Amino acid sequence: MNRENSGYTIIYASVMVIIVALGLAFTHQILSDRQIANENTDKMQQILRSLNLDVTAADAQTKYDELVKNAYLINDAGEKVEGTEGITPDDPAFSTELGDVESKGLPVYEAQVDGSTKYVIPMSGAGLWGPIWGYLAIESDGSAIYGAEFGHAGETPGLGAEIETAPFRNQFKGKNLFRENEFTSVAVVKPGQTNNRRDYVDGISGGTITSKGVDNMLLNGVGEYRNFLMNLRTANK
Amino acid sequence: MALSSKTKAVLLGPLNKNNPVIVQVLGICSALAVTSKLEPSIVMAIAVTMVTAFGNVIISLLRKTIPNRIRIIVQLVVVAALVTIVSEVLKAFAYDVNKQLSVFVGLIVTNCILMGRLEAFALGNGPWPSFLDGIGNGLGYGWILIVVGFFRELLGSGTLLGYQVVPQALYDAGYENNGLMMLAPMAILLVACIIWIHRSKNRELQEETN
Repeated sequence: MNRENSGYTIIYASVMVIIVALGLAFTHQILSDRQIANENTDKMQQILRSLNLDVTAADAQTKYDELVKNAYLINDAGEKVEGTEGITPDDPAFSTELGDVESKGLPVYEAQVDGSTKYVIPMSGAGLWGPIWGYLAIESDGSAIYGAEFGHAGETPGLGAEIETAPFRNQFKGKNLFRENEFTSVAVVKPGQTNNRRDYVDGISGGTITSKGVDNMLLNGVGEYRNFLMNLRTANK
Repeated sequence: MALSSKTKAVLLGPLNKNNPVIVQVLGICSALAVTSKLEPSIVMAIAVTMVTAFGNVIISLLRKTIPNRIRIIVQLVVVAALVTIVSEVLKAFAYDVNKQLSVFVGLIVTNCILMGRLEAFALGNGPWPSFLDGIGNGLGYGWILIVVGFFRELLGSGTLLGYQVVPQALYDAGYENNGLMMLAPMAILLVACIIWIHRSKNRELQEETN
């Protein structure tokens, strides 16, 4: 067989591409159930971490079912959208992606921790290299932060990637999103600097753009929940 | 199983005098990018070793059928397919590690060591030596990553595999983590130091200076 013949080359390339495509499609097909389960577990772990609970993947489902009592979507006015309640991965609150234009609202999770209700809201934004996201657990007064959790797709290890470590997220505990009835959110400042108009936490040294991204996410992402948080404030005064 | 001296050279050469990173200076980009912590360095070393080994075997099995004009494309397709499989398997069975390595798993495709081994070795040798060559080169790349990752995490964060190893007393006495260690330039300086030590022990590798 002449290996330099054009016909042979074309047939070789076509057969190779078909075999590889079939192989990859097959691999994806048999692994996708596990991958989706992993992603859901990971999301539950993140929600639990925002409630200051670091659980292993094996315990995530039980702990999530135990603590999260309700989940739903809210509309622009901050009111619950009818018929969107449910906490399982198939329900709208869990499956809605932030920034999806087709979605009917923004997801909120209600969790019961030590007898009081915490409201967990997701956020998403942009870091230096790619998307960043997080969850914020807020006390029932709609302002005090109970816990926070951050994640990223590909920030620099050791620099921007430090936003997902406990020392960074623990700084948020007890900070207030409102100051004198004005939504100010929490600022992320350069370590050592201060901000007297807003509550603030220290950013990451050497991860300035990622820290800035977290700051924007807290302002704009959480800002979309402003009406919902305002409603909580008036309801629980 | 006793290895003949030739297979031994194929397997062990890349660990020392034929090292892909410090002698051939290939695969530097990922060596700089993933080594700021030890754990991703180790996982990256394993992933690259798997891909070089199996990529070598597949290309070696196909070597008599591959049309010469599209051989680079064939190599790329094989490598890309293997990397996709590694990434899918990591997502299904080691989700956390996959999250840590993020884009770098996909970037194994562009690792020059892979294409280098496929082109230079697998196309001209049988499957078994090719497999050993892949393992050898993967490990040769891996140990450099692990050494660099070890020093960068130790001096840059004071931890190893996430555990604190630099005692608090030292920090109280005024010791500080070296932030420069977290940046890529420090990785290339560390690689340069390894090359320096390695060359001073292996004088035959030193280039002639006029």
